Amino acid sequence: METSELRQKIDELIAAGECDAAARRLCELWRRDSGTAAASYVVARYEKLRGRVPLLPYRLAVLRSFTVEPLMPLLRAACFVAGVDLSVHVGEFNAYAQELLGPNSPLDEFEADAAVLAVQTRDVAPDLWRDFADLKADEREAIAVRVAGGFRDWVRAFRERSRAHLIIHTLEEPTAPSQSILDAQDAGGQAAVVRRINDELRRFAAEQSGVYVLDYDALVARHGRALWHDERKWLAARLPFAASSLSHAVAEWMRFIHPLTGKIAKALAVDLDNTLWGGVVGEDGLAGLRLGAEYPGAAYLELQRTLLDLQRRGILLCVCSKNNPEDALEALAKHPGMLLRPRHFAAVRVNWKDKADNLREIARELNIGTDALAFLDDNPFEREHVRAELPEVTVIELPDDPLRFAQAVRDCPVFERLSLSTEDRERGSYYVAERERANLGRRRPTREDFYRNLRQEAEVAPVTPLTLRRVAQLTQKTNQFNLTTRRYTEQQIEEMSERAGWHVLALGLRDRFGDNGLVGVAIVRECADAWEIDTFLLSCRVIGRTVETALLSDLTERARARGAKNIQGRFFPTKKNAPAVNFYPAHGFSLVEENEGGSLWALDLSGGGGVECPAWIRLTVVNGEQH
Amino acid sequence: MTQTTFERVRAIAADVLQVPAARITPRSSMDSIETWDSLQHLNLILALEQEFDVQFEPEEMERMNSIEHITATLESRQR
Repeated sequence: METSELRQKIDELIAAGECDAAARRLCELWRRDSGTAAASYVVARYEKLRGRVPLLPYRLAVLRSFTVEPLMPLLRAACFVAGVDLSVHVGEFNAYAQELLGPNSPLDEFEADAAVLAVQTRDVAPDLWRDFADLKADEREAIAVRVAGGFRDWVRAFRERSRAHLIIHTLEEPTAPSQSILDAQDAGGQAAVVRRINDELRRFAAEQSGVYVLDYDALVARHGRALWHDERKWLAARLPFAASSLSHAVAEWMRFIHPLTGKIAKALAVDLDNTLWGGVVGEDGLAGLRLGAEYPGAAYLELQRTLLDLQRRGILLCVCSKNNPEDALEALAKHPGMLLRPRHFAAVRVNWKDKADNLREIARELNIGTDALAFLDDNPFEREHVRAELPEVTVIELPDDPLRFAQAVRDCPVFERLSLSTEDRERGSYYVAERERANLGRRRPTREDFYRNLRQEAEVAPVTPLTLRRVAQLTQKTNQFNLTTRRYTEQQIEEMSERAGWHVLALGLRDRFGDNGLVGVAIVRECADAWEIDTFLLSCRVIGRTVETALLSDLTERARARGAKNIQGRFFPTKKNAPAVNFYPAHGFSLVEENEGGSLWALDLSGGGGVECPAWIRLTVVNGEQH
Repeated sequence: MTQTTFERVRAIAADVLQVPAARITPRSSMDSIETWDSLQHLNLILALEQEFDVQFEPEEMERMNSIEHITATLESRQR
């Protein structure tokens, strides 16, 4: 079918109210043509389907120093096809710093789920870009420090006000360095300074939760710097892309949007003959298969290597093949060219049954939804069949040439993960839960739902020889949620814990994703009928999960049990501990005194006063020996 | 049957400018089509570049303010 006929068909389906069928055809159209014109068409038609097909609303802010507007139809079309209804706020040109610094910026009003910070080297560091030849070594160094520091300040300010995810583009290296080949001879050359700033960005993003780096420079390099740009578009419209680059830029953004919205595949089911190896094992026999380091078998080996990468990223691999089980299993286990072996596959279906039925079984066996499945098959009829039977399965479109199979899998954004840490997996599940709720009753999930969903179990116990090192380390390294920022050595912690009237408490936290280890420390001192909090801190990994309230509730409980009438604590502001600034007032403490150095807060414990542990945290209290 | 340049341009303009193809004639221009503002002009240029595999000069982009001018520019390129 011509795409013009397909468009006609789609419009007929929409007019007839056959929304699911129309959405499927729109996906088909987008697979065949993902240019600017098709994008406008897809967006306009999906807008007619809004409310009639399941779509997850998502809000993206784009903070930029250049023209991004032509990316937006492409981005929104790609999102619609993925089941996401994207609202976009595009910041004013070069207003990114003000927007991030806030407060009350348009960005704040927009209430983004995620923001992209896309700035160019020539805008954020014009001196580095334009006047590099005139710069002395120390000036180059100063620019790197200034630019990286700027990013850090913006992100920090933003993070204080917003939990939205933030995706930062790396700065682009110059296509033609000002010193030409000399630039490569110099560790402090123009490209090297840009790389240094990018390294800083990465380091800094890794320290923050929900801040990710999009390697824009690598993206441009991958597609070819000379082809990426069209100087005419830059000069005429401040658009740093050629028309052919737009879809590559959007595809890279989609690699982030998929995991952010939970539109990801947890398992990939693969066909065998002419997919995982060349040839048909039932006809060609084991010896006749094309698979190995040489062409043409190398194409299949490269695909296997790519699948192994996915498996190590936590994506389950499965076999879904029409074959005689004995032939296929023998090849899987014994072919000398195989990189993947039976142990790499979480489920295996080799039979002559319908592939859609096999996929349903695989999903049941793995205890995942069919919408969390992806399917890889060289046979276009099987792909079409699965698309028709199970439209929620991600069916990967394969080109005819096996040498391009591996790339087709790598291009698929449903296998992207933002990190493999506990925290980010939680976020993913939060968005999945949001989508499920959207399907059920369209109720917006509350923060409480999120906390409950985490199933947190906290344990507060006095420090022991086993936890001493970690407790000292937390006092030394914790900057953000740290009320007094007092640094202690292991020895000091040990001494304090042995001193009469002192309590050194450590908080361990488990949740549905596993053990977070020791993530909180409180040190308190008994003074007559008042207790004084010397140290109270929380690892940045668990900020924003109300764990601090659980720890504080335990302190007030211990104090009251030992007859204290009130509990006091100090807050010493630093450049970094803004996340803790409202801790005491938010828990009902009143201000006793305040000066430039800090503030003193107190909570009356007589008459039932105290702090309650949040209902969604199960708290276990361990009482050690008292001195 | 191969499409004429005008037909291909019309299909792209209909998508980008969100008007029915039947309403687009060679005389349609930035003045007569309301949605054809400067942003959509840039999108239209980019869509044409993708479809026809060309890169327009800044002078051409300015001149391509009506369907017949677009068609003429493309045809002069193809010769």
